[in-house]
Amino acid sequence: MKKLIKKAFLSTLPVMAGYLVLGIGFGILLTSGGYSPLWAVAMSVLIYAGSMQYLAVDLLTGGASLITAALTTLMVNARHLFYGISMIETYKDTLPYKPYLIFALTDETYSLNCGGAPSDVPDRPKYYFLVSLFNHCYWVLGSTLGAVVGSVIPFHTEGIDFALTALFVTVFVEQWISTGDHIPALIGVLCSVICLVIFGEGSFLIPAMVLITAALALYGKRKGGTGND
Amino acid sequence: MTDLHSAAMVGVMALVTAFLRFLPFGLFRGRKIPKFITYLSTVLPFAIMGMLVVYCLRHISFASMPFGIPELAACALVVAVHIRKRNTLLSIISGTVFYMVLVQMVF
Repeated sequence: MKKLIKKAFLSTLPVMAGYLVLGIGFGILLTSGGYSPLWAVAMSVLIYAGSMQYLAVDLLTGGASLITAALTTLMVNARHLFYGISMIETYKDTLPYKPYLIFALTDETYSLNCGGAPSDVPDRPKYYFLVSLFNHCYWVLGSTLGAVVGSVIPFHTEGIDFALTALFVTVFVEQWISTGDHIPALIGVLCSVICLVIFGEGSFLIPAMVLITAALALYGKRKGGTGND
Repeated sequence: MTDLHSAAMVGVMALVTAFLRFLPFGLFRGRKIPKFITYLSTVLPFAIMGMLVVYCLRHISFASMPFGIPELAACALVVAVHIRKRNTLLSIISGTVFYMVLVQMVF
């Protein structure tokens, strides 16, 4: 058990760096919008979606309607549908942790768990659970810190949020090395770049997901038998 | 804005986010998972990670200073270090420190 906790903890270290910093940023932003630290904690526990919470500050302070809030969340977080579809197999038979695993499936937790647990882990569900929980804690801790003492951070943190980009690049390279079939990875990059150029940074994710799904379907068909049925 | 409206908004955002996360699992619960979905779940992780990298770099502008140089240089370093050492933490720390130096001191 101790070994499992240590293993899960070590794998979440990169996320810790990123989440603490982004969480602090969110905490500062929200309290400067006139909300007490308690709001930051509640939002990070309940919503637990980074970029959405940054947007939520605008929505809250701007007095948006509930419909606007719902639609914005749908658009910004639609990529989570994608994570769910690709984790159906990995998160199979993970009760009693499954509901929490699904609730806490952020981009970063996804990037750590999508490759499965390390092969020497005896209790895979518990490993997934610990990774998810650690990440959630970093996020809540960062938000709280930012909301309470954010304005007095002593050192220059500009650029430290690059840790998350670096994490995704690392997982991408690791996946690239692990397989001989690079087409799905290339489809992901190319479709996203194409949609970014066409639709712009604010709204390219949803078209990118549609295009990726279509391209993967075509590719599966060409490879034989694994496409639509 | 009243506290009640704010609380309702936080509730709505939490519910919609959870809805999106649970939907795929709920749809195929207790049913045989269609072949196409099983196929997607094997190839999507590769494609999604590529998409996330692009998503992280979406703010880069090639038309104005610094032309995305800090981001691309730091990404290149991460790739190089990772291919050599295959140590996730080392790759991330070296890339992040390099990026911080670039944006704080060089650009």
